[in-house]
Amino acid sequence: MEGSLKGAVDMLAGDELSLGLPGGDGAKLDFVRTGGKRGFSETEVNLKLDLNGKESPSVEKVKPADPAKPPPAKAQVVGWPPVRSYRKNVIANNNKNSSDQDQAGEKGGLSGATSSLTFVKVSMDGAPYLRKIELKMYKTYKELSDALGKMFGSFTTGNYEAHQGMIDFMNENKLKDLLNRSDYVSTYEDKDGDWMLVGDVPWEMFIASCKRLRIMKGSEAIGLAPRAMEKCKGRG
Amino acid sequence: MAYSFPEEVLEHVFSFLHSDRDRNAVSLVCKSWYEIDRWSRRRVFIGNCYAISPRAVIRRFPEVRSIKIKGKPHFADFNLVPDGWGGYVFPWITAMASSYPWLEEIHLKRMVVTNACLELIAKSFKNFRVLVLSTCEGFSTDGLASIAANCRNLRELDLRDSEVDDLSGHWLSHFPDSYTSLVSLNISCLGSEVSFSALERLVSRCPNLRSLSLNQAVPIDRIACLLRQAPQLIELGTGAYNAELRPDVFSSLSGAFSCLKELRSLSGFWDAVPAYIPAVYSVCSGITSLNLSYTTMQNPDLTKLVSQCPNLQQLWVLDYIEDCGLEAVAASCKDLRELRVFPSDPYEEDEFDIALTERGLVSVSEGCTNLQSVLYFCHQMSNAALISIAQNRPNLTRFRLCIIEPRSPDYLTLQPLDAGFGAIVEHCKGLRRLSLSGLLTDRVFEYIGTHAKKLEMLSVAFAGESDLGLHLVLSGCESLRKLEIRDCPFGDKALLANAEKLETMRSLWMSSCSVSFGACKLLCRRMPRLNVEVIDETSEVAESRPESFTVQKLYIYRSVAGPRLDMPDYVLSMEEESPDLIG
Repeated sequence: MEGSLKGAVDMLAGDELSLGLPGGDGAKLDFVRTGGKRGFSETEVNLKLDLNGKESPSVEKVKPADPAKPPPAKAQVVGWPPVRSYRKNVIANNNKNSSDQDQAGEKGGLSGATSSLTFVKVSMDGAPYLRKIELKMYKTYKELSDALGKMFGSFTTGNYEAHQGMIDFMNENKLKDLLNRSDYVSTYEDKDGDWMLVGDVPWEMFIASCKRLRIMKGSEAIGLAPRAMEKCKGRG
Repeated sequence: MAYSFPEEVLEHVFSFLHSDRDRNAVSLVCKSWYEIDRWSRRRVFIGNCYAISPRAVIRRFPEVRSIKIKGKPHFADFNLVPDGWGGYVFPWITAMASSYPWLEEIHLKRMVVTNACLELIAKSFKNFRVLVLSTCEGFSTDGLASIAANCRNLRELDLRDSEVDDLSGHWLSHFPDSYTSLVSLNISCLGSEVSFSALERLVSRCPNLRSLSLNQAVPIDRIACLLRQAPQLIELGTGAYNAELRPDVFSSLSGAFSCLKELRSLSGFWDAVPAYIPAVYSVCSGITSLNLSYTTMQNPDLTKLVSQCPNLQQLWVLDYIEDCGLEAVAASCKDLRELRVFPSDPYEEDEFDIALTERGLVSVSEGCTNLQSVLYFCHQMSNAALISIAQNRPNLTRFRLCIIEPRSPDYLTLQPLDAGFGAIVEHCKGLRRLSLSGLLTDRVFEYIGTHAKKLEMLSVAFAGESDLGLHLVLSGCESLRKLEIRDCPFGDKALLANAEKLETMRSLWMSSCSVSFGACKLLCRRMPRLNVEVIDETSEVAESRPESFTVQKLYIYRSVAGPRLDMPDYVLSMEEESPDLIG
């Protein structure tokens, strides 16, 4: 457990989806890099302070210094990937439009066919890639939980033989009650950019404000202050 | 001794030769054939506007009716060529205005076209029919108004991917009421709304309209009445395909589409709402070309649409199609010849979350036996997958793979992808175009130099280990015409050792490599018919550059016109730097 914890902590610190063995030896598959987004540790700090809901103080984004793993820089190489400008504009506009429509669609009584889709990304710690789900397809938290369990269950079926390390902490038993077990905590980012615990607000309010979901290991999400995390890494 | 056939007969025979290469070959047989060819050549293709002067073209081919000219290097598409670099078409238009009064067609790619050019075109060519501006810039909708107002016989106006200063949609109303000859209109790159009633009147009075690509500003509820006026359409680009679902709009749209019995090509679909997609189902069985690369539609709707097109030959789509969608394509679209999968999130603003991997491409390579042309963006690749693809599809002619993270190795073995690309060039003997990506050593260039004998265009980025890589390509690829390289450790040795090769090619682009200023000057001295241009955007004065200075960007191209005269101050012609040039 110590080893897998360390591996997970390394993952968090660098905010990389490490597909290597937990234990954090140099065999991280660096090319599975996630570009530049804010590091997990920032969001973790937000999470702890936002357990109540809307009134969230804007938290200073703090990244604990990790000597082993500097946060990935948002290095955008000029002209790479080779995508033409008009194409990038189209995609950016589409993304912008869908989020605009999210705002417009907050009124109740949405039927699936009328408004545009509001896909939210769902990430799970240790999974090699995210999934996207259409929140309006579900009516209750339970339905959502079942769907997520199915979705992330595939990682146990040996599809990713190369990434044995992950399979250790994701077997079918653990996934059965994915959202209910204390091992995993579901969190979501709302329209204000704050991270909240899933289940705190009525369902309708949840789907109207949820922008993305993150399923994180409970031990990392709750109770660990940035300092304590640093200590763990130091020991590893 | 005398000629067996009168000139008219030879000319008639030559008229059956359509490729430039064949006509060029014919012109070399003897002086008489040269003359006959030059007087009867009606189409000219200028691959590099700086390779020859307009005067020289006009002198040799006095009776041209159609001209196609290309300007900036390909990497200009990805912002690697600074503004003001060149590619101005104005000198060509002025020269042709006086010498080609019967010019009918102008096709331009990556050129700077001003309103003055468009006005001159509109005034000078009485029988002007076709204007295609592909990835051009420099003009506004005012210039389009001149074309619309004056070109009585215009058949085609195609602005594909151009950057237009879009002042208003009013230009479309400049087509006079008496104008009825429109066959093809592509305004998909324009932002402004054109007057819909003007558009509708135009469509209704042009019975030969076959291709109509609308822009995003045309809303979905207006398309139906346009389509009803033009049931003979072969190609359609919708506008925005997004609205609240209304049954009356849906059934109207659906009915209109079902009248398009000859429709073969569909594109557009900005912001497509899945609810409206079934309106096009009636045409799917006839569709051969589908461009969904502007729509954020996802699975399952996306896959459902594509699977309904059994006669599909060309598919452009975003990575929302995912591996499962491509498996469906492999199963349903057995005549697929060209596949392009673009990234929906090129800068990975979030972690990559698309379930599109190398597996999708492998599926298509297995299921689609006519597949020849591939452009594929993805996040992971393996040698095994590339070898499969190569073995499945030896008939590939174009293979462009972009693994988004530079220098990504085989994700299964962590090895370079040399073996995979090696298999591609070894099996696909007819390969004409190749783009590399991922972790690659000099070995891949050995494979390419050894096997890629038909390769005409090669794009390389973040690859190779030493000059040997470049040398292997330049010395081995017999058919190479265009080579573009960025961020590779290639330097002087390979370039100078293969100087003569460069004159057999159209152009070479190298940026962020290791070529020195001194080598550029040396190359220029040695090869008088090469223009060697160094792009240097830093502020230091050129004269102070030491020989060892590594150039930022380098563009080398063969030319019989000498160094160009319209370079901006950040482009240095090595000609000027080498005064002791031996002619």
